[in-house]
Amino acid sequence: MAQQALFLIMAVFTLGMALGTVTSRNIFHSALFLVGSFAGVAVIYFLLEAEFVGVAQIIIYIGAIATLIIFAIMLSRSVTGQNGSPMNRQWAFAALGAALLFAALAWLFSRVDFGSTAQPVPEDAIALIGAGLVTEYVIPFEVASILLLVALVGAILIARERHS
Amino acid sequence: MVIPLSWYLILAAALFSIGFFGVLARRNAVAVLMGVELMLNAVNINLLAFWRAIHPAELTGQIFAIFVLTVAAAEAAVGLALIISIYRSRRTIQVDALDLMKG
Amino acid sequence: MDLSQLDLRLIGVWFNNMLAGAGLAPGIISLINWVVGALLLLIFALTLAIALIWIERKLAARLQDRLGPNRVGPYGLLQMVADVLKLLTKEDITPLEADRVTYNLAPALAVFQVMMAMAVIPFANGVIGADVNIGVLYLMAIGSVGAMAALMAGWSSNNKYALVGGFRVVAQLLSYEIPLVMAMLIPVLVAGTMRMNGLAEAQGGWFGLGWYVWTLPTAFLIFFIAALAEGERAPFDLLEAESEIVAGFNIEYSGMKFAWFYLAFFLNSWVLAAVGATIFLGGWQGPFVAQIPALGVIYFIAKTLLLFFIQAWVRATFPRLRIDQMMSFCWKVLVPMALLLFIAVAVTLKLGLPQPVQGVALLGLNLVILLATLALVSRAQKRSVGAGKRAFAPELPRL
Repeated sequence: MAQQALFLIMAVFTLGMALGTVTSRNIFHSALFLVGSFAGVAVIYFLLEAEFVGVAQIIIYIGAIATLIIFAIMLSRSVTGQNGSPMNRQWAFAALGAALLFAALAWLFSRVDFGSTAQPVPEDAIALIGAGLVTEYVIPFEVASILLLVALVGAILIARERHS
Repeated sequence: MVIPLSWYLILAAALFSIGFFGVLARRNAVAVLMGVELMLNAVNINLLAFWRAIHPAELTGQIFAIFVLTVAAAEAAVGLALIISIYRSRRTIQVDALDLMKG
Repeated sequence: MDLSQLDLRLIGVWFNNMLAGAGLAPGIISLINWVVGALLLLIFALTLAIALIWIERKLAARLQDRLGPNRVGPYGLLQMVADVLKLLTKEDITPLEADRVTYNLAPALAVFQVMMAMAVIPFANGVIGADVNIGVLYLMAIGSVGAMAALMAGWSSNNKYALVGGFRVVAQLLSYEIPLVMAMLIPVLVAGTMRMNGLAEAQGGWFGLGWYVWTLPTAFLIFFIAALAEGERAPFDLLEAESEIVAGFNIEYSGMKFAWFYLAFFLNSWVLAAVGATIFLGGWQGPFVAQIPALGVIYFIAKTLLLFFIQAWVRATFPRLRIDQMMSFCWKVLVPMALLLFIAVAVTLKLGLPQPVQGVALLGLNLVILLATLALVSRAQKRSVGAGKRAFAPELPRL
């Protein structure tokens, strides 16, 4: 019962923050709402007993991505003012599309039985993840590290100021 | 399991739809990126919910979620670098103002 | 009296037995336990902050040939109480153009972050808020929230100095987090656990003195330098460099809200010292801890205060670095050094050497990497100084 109540509170919190992110007029407020939404999702991960991913969510999303986003907002400060609507012309169609998408997905998910098995999570799940990353999943792991390296070099090259 | 799987899935669907709306409707390029991040979060909730409900003994779901996190970090770095670079040359990051390629 | 009965854990056992005796459900008991534990940590933190501020001010004064606070109470011990009262009565100013909600949220978030980090610090064997199995990872996650608080304060104040302070927060905290985390992971590799209590337990060899600082001195050095930057302390206190950006991100804050930032700053220093003490200096380990468990608390507090003392000493001694020097020091010296050390330690551990040989091998490795880095840095330094001389040398008259 307590778990369900916590889930509902966190779900409402996360969705509220997400709505704030996409509707706020002030882009900095959007970013702060985004941080709140990330934190809510991290709690959802803890409820799913995926502690490692939950902590990784906080480190990567809040510590790195949200901070980067705020940094980018501060660097392009002159556009943070309320000049005109934050939405473009097609926002009504976008809202309609998003609502339809949600309705379809929710209808689908509430009808289909995915066959839940009420198995417990293994005790040392984190050790298993660690071992898995260097044995069974070592190739995706290495590919991901190369991807990160490429992204790092690419980001520096793109954002570098060119002194002519 | 106390919380039914469908609850997680519906939450993820709602989060995905909100992100989808953000991507389509916002004018600011950074806000569009935020919408993409929300959608990625929704995908991760789905991955972990299916992992927890169906195959908790296998770690595929968690590992996949970790890779999604990694890709999200790479995507944010490159995306923000692009936005800063565009801001430098065009002094705006409103997506509908960037119509240089429009005939 | 049986000295092995001097164990702080027994208080918890007694408390739980009393609650169970009162006929409460197990769920309620754990709830009460959490609330009481959180309150205890809160009271401890607030008392500690007053003590830390007094130590730092007195020490800085002595090092700079001054007396320091000596008017209120014996040795000026009550100076902080007077200061808190003064701050409480000061006008609480919010700039007109400030972003009100964000502006008020930032100091709360700063304190919240530090208090959350205190939850995984073991004060004695088993005396820990929550001995989570990802303790070190949790500390990293919580630490990344701290940058957010300073960033919020810097942006919402609507002040250009505060904004520059915010930029520096991102640059400094994010950069130095990398060597800090790498250095923290090296003992984790050796101990094979991320539990904070487990890390302290693993250093129980040699009569309670088998600390990782003996075998991994370079890792400790990297950790300590990065912790100075992470704790926004001199010589890395560029976030609040008075001569450049007045007071940095908290320039607009006054009264109690400023006091919150001040509190967060000192507690953060202490938490970093406590993490260093737990991971590298054995935490509560020391001679006779197995016989008298209560000694653990004394050892632990003494070690944290020692590290805090060194931090304050460094602050009072060294001049501030320039921002570009600080960034290049992190990325060109600390990060490569930490990466190299990490790989070298991992390979050494995989060799499967017997215990004493492995310790000596680790120590040798650490010293080699430290000396090689120092040699490289001094060579680069000489070259750049030489180049500088040529660039700025006055032109000699041509004959």
